[in-house]
Amino acid sequence: MNTKKLAVGGILMLVIAAFVAGMSFYRKQTQTAQDQTVRTEQTRLVRIHSPVLGPQSAPVTIVEFFDPACETCRAFYPIVKNLMAKYPQDVRLVIRYAPFHQGSDQVVKLLEAAKRQGKYQQVLEAVLQAQPTWADHGRPNPDLTFEIAKAAGLDIERAREDMARPEMQALLAQDVEDLTALQVKQTPTFFVNGRSLPSFGPDQLAALLAEEVAKARR
Amino acid sequence: MPSARGEHDNPAPPRPSTGWAWLLAAWAVALVSTFAALFIGEVMGMAPCQLCWYQRILMFPLVVILGMAAFGNDRRGAIYAMPLVLGGVVVAAYHSALIAGWVPQWWIPCGSGPSCSDQRLVILGDIQIPWLSLLAFAVIVALLLVYLRKTRS
Repeated sequence: MNTKKLAVGGILMLVIAAFVAGMSFYRKQTQTAQDQTVRTEQTRLVRIHSPVLGPQSAPVTIVEFFDPACETCRAFYPIVKNLMAKYPQDVRLVIRYAPFHQGSDQVVKLLEAAKRQGKYQQVLEAVLQAQPTWADHGRPNPDLTFEIAKAAGLDIERAREDMARPEMQALLAQDVEDLTALQVKQTPTFFVNGRSLPSFGPDQLAALLAEEVAKARR
Repeated sequence: MPSARGEHDNPAPPRPSTGWAWLLAAWAVALVSTFAALFIGEVMGMAPCQLCWYQRILMFPLVVILGMAAFGNDRRGAIYAMPLVLGGVVVAAYHSALIAGWVPQWWIPCGSGPSCSDQRLVILGDIQIPWLSLLAFAVIVALLLVYLRKTRS
């Protein structure tokens, strides 16, 4: 090894190290900034209209910013359900909508119409189950969800009427305003009692939830 | 120059004894630019526009070509890198002109993805990323020209 080769190797190592250090610094900083925003904008996390799964007065609240057309939201649904089953008395899930995909807003309205008929969870699960059929990225076809919801027991005529109500649009607009203010850019985004995940992943969610449940039980 | 194997052309790479630092500096600029582009795209999450992609295509291979050239002290690497660097200067200059408003907007070859003349291409206050790209390509051209001149046999 001559000095030229050592110099090239050394500079390469240095730049890679700077990249990695910069990455962790940047991520930490954005997370701190978001946590701060969430603290000052507490009221934006849960709205009266937001659907709640689990016991209404549970001490620990998971807020999930959710897009019915998002594959990762679909994959996380059973994970979150299992976590809630682990703490049946302590945890509730509040669903907020982040209609980032094309056509998602229509499906969100359908879910809200299902809530009015008391069939929220059934329709949600059916729609997620069938997501690959209607949420194809190249050709999304949200109209298919009407059939899916009907098969899940929804009164479609009534649902269509409810979906056309102006308060549906207002609800959607409120959720979009809140997610913008809270700097939510991806789905799913979770907040457990207002705290964000240190990094995204099911294990991180489970750990944060366990921590908050332990805190609540003390 | 006759080689040891008695061939007429020269199979051994030219390994100049001076000027290597210029080559190393050109590579270092390409390396830092590449990682900076990856940082902006992958860590900060700014999606590259179409013109940004062309500049990336012309910048990323320089890390390999100039890196190998600097590692082996091989003058040919600087020559092989030239078409990429000059292409990069052209695209970055066009992109900079576009955001400066010197080129009519309807010329923008943008498809899906973020708009190329969009103001979101700004970091660290109001430094335009295409300016940085143009600066990097121009510095690499200058360094390589000095290197090639110094090592001309």
